[in-house]
Amino acid sequence: MNLLGVRRESECRWVIEPTGAMRVPAILYADEPLLRAMDDKVREQLCNVASLPGIVGAAHAMPDAHWGYGFPIGGVAAFDADRGGIVSAGGVGFDISCGVRCLLTGCRREEIVAVQPALAHELARAIPAGVGSTGRLRLTSSDMDAMLTGGARWAVACGYGDVADLDRVEEHGCIAHAKPGSVSPRARERQRDEMGTLGSGNHYLEVQWIAEVHDATIAAGYGLRQGEVVVSIHCGSRGLGHQIGTDFLRDMALQAPSFGIHLPDRELACAPINSDLGQRYLGAMRAAMNCALANRQILTHLCRESFRSMLPGAELEVLYDVSHNICKVEEHRVQGELRSLHVHRKGATRAFGPGHPGVPESLREFGQPVLIGGSMGTESYVLAGVAGGEDVALSSACHGAGRSMSRHEATHRWHGRQLVHELAERGVLIRSPSMRGVAEEAPGAYKPVRNVVDAAERAGLARKVARLEPLICVKG
Amino acid sequence: MGDWQHFGHGADIGVRGRGSTLAEAFAAAAVGLTAVVTDPAQVNPLESVHVECTVPDRELLLHEWLNSLVFLMATRRMLFSRFDVRVAGDRLEADAWGEPIDVARHAPAVEVKGATLTELAVRKEPDGRWLAQCVVDV
Repeated sequence: MNLLGVRRESECRWVIEPTGAMRVPAILYADEPLLRAMDDKVREQLCNVASLPGIVGAAHAMPDAHWGYGFPIGGVAAFDADRGGIVSAGGVGFDISCGVRCLLTGCRREEIVAVQPALAHELARAIPAGVGSTGRLRLTSSDMDAMLTGGARWAVACGYGDVADLDRVEEHGCIAHAKPGSVSPRARERQRDEMGTLGSGNHYLEVQWIAEVHDATIAAGYGLRQGEVVVSIHCGSRGLGHQIGTDFLRDMALQAPSFGIHLPDRELACAPINSDLGQRYLGAMRAAMNCALANRQILTHLCRESFRSMLPGAELEVLYDVSHNICKVEEHRVQGELRSLHVHRKGATRAFGPGHPGVPESLREFGQPVLIGGSMGTESYVLAGVAGGEDVALSSACHGAGRSMSRHEATHRWHGRQLVHELAERGVLIRSPSMRGVAEEAPGAYKPVRNVVDAAERAGLARKVARLEPLICVKG
Repeated sequence: MGDWQHFGHGADIGVRGRGSTLAEAFAAAAVGLTAVVTDPAQVNPLESVHVECTVPDRELLLHEWLNSLVFLMATRRMLFSRFDVRVAGDRLEADAWGEPIDVARHAPAVEVKGATLTELAVRKEPDGRWLAQCVVDV
């Protein structure tokens, strides 16, 4: 990124003052090497977001920011409905409520290594993954409505997991004000056979061991003990969310002129929050959030079944489940005034600090767990929200490593089978139906996640709690 | 297979089709869409699905066309390799030819979530040929 006109406020905070159509500053959180490596498009897209009606405070970019569509991926922006604020389908993304759920197995690394190939085989058999895969469930129209309003609570009521799981899921597993009536027939059809599926691309179910504890107090509070094993599930709202994103991106692009909103680029398509289209999108998006929470709940159940078939008594308690592609209504203090804002986080994780009422009571004193996925076969992190995070970037942090190379380039540089072999020699078992998919997700095609979380910590977005190393990765 | 190519876009992929007519460019972009998932040469055009879209904007018509194919790939669990496309005004009709996904043979790399408005362009180039392109989210 060209840093001309970018003012460095502190080691990991860079500010672009408003010029032209910008209503607020654009702020980027990264160290200098990460910032210089970012595409110039991140800057352009962030400045475009800063020009949208009703934006409050600033447009923020996380340390893993990269070129998205409309909003940069790693972008955070809040809008005030009462001051002409907008909601943007591109500001949430196609994979609505994509996120990470982390499960505590209570098993030691040695116990898992002893059954590692058999467990990898069993998980790959039990977890539907990849293009064209289907789940066990076939939803009728009334099942679909119940799922879209009930989220993970619906899944638990259907026998997938335990009521206790819900305490550790964002919004207790159910997003309020979902409107199934705003979800198109096409979106419903795409989801009918896809409940309890992982998807493809960078989605995964990974068995990981806790290789390093950075903050002993918070790690103990979270139940993370060095040498023990966790499972991380990274996926979203599947075909339903993709179709809702598609439907509303088109409708917002077609209707934008009627709202009198000047857009520097069509990809910023949005609608006033207080408009019929804006409200229909929010209702459909919340239904998709419930779909994602239900999906991760079903996958949790399938994962538990696999673990218990090898390790009877394994509990797999939920540490936390948090999304990183969302728009949520949150209370934030802006220049001393408490305001209700529509916060878009596109490839950014909510990170409430200690004491926040939105954090489950059992975790509240430590701050909200922030779950950061690395690339296939590399380390991941658990971070914690920090006091003061609200004043930095609306209690938000990074979400992952971010690609450094195109899929096309990755397939020319690596072969899937060879990668699987090399990772197996390092003790990481990859299971995927597509070797081309494995090559496209090669660890070397991503930025080192370590640099991203270090920058997030130094910028005051979140605190490092534990580093996770993979043992088994089931990919789509 | 048509005159198509991919172009880079961070985490996602751009698909671009060219042709002597608008319809040819739309068909070539569709082959590029399949190539995101698998090698189009491995997809046998055994059965066809009829597609119709009407959008009062040429660029959004391309967006709708590609998204119709994304929907068909997802719900019919098919891949397509041949596209007979007709465009008249704001209306597109097409027959997409392909076959059910065979995971072993097609080794599908990634599912396409949707066509975006990013880098969306439909235009006649200085050489008189048509270009149709956009970024797709994977």
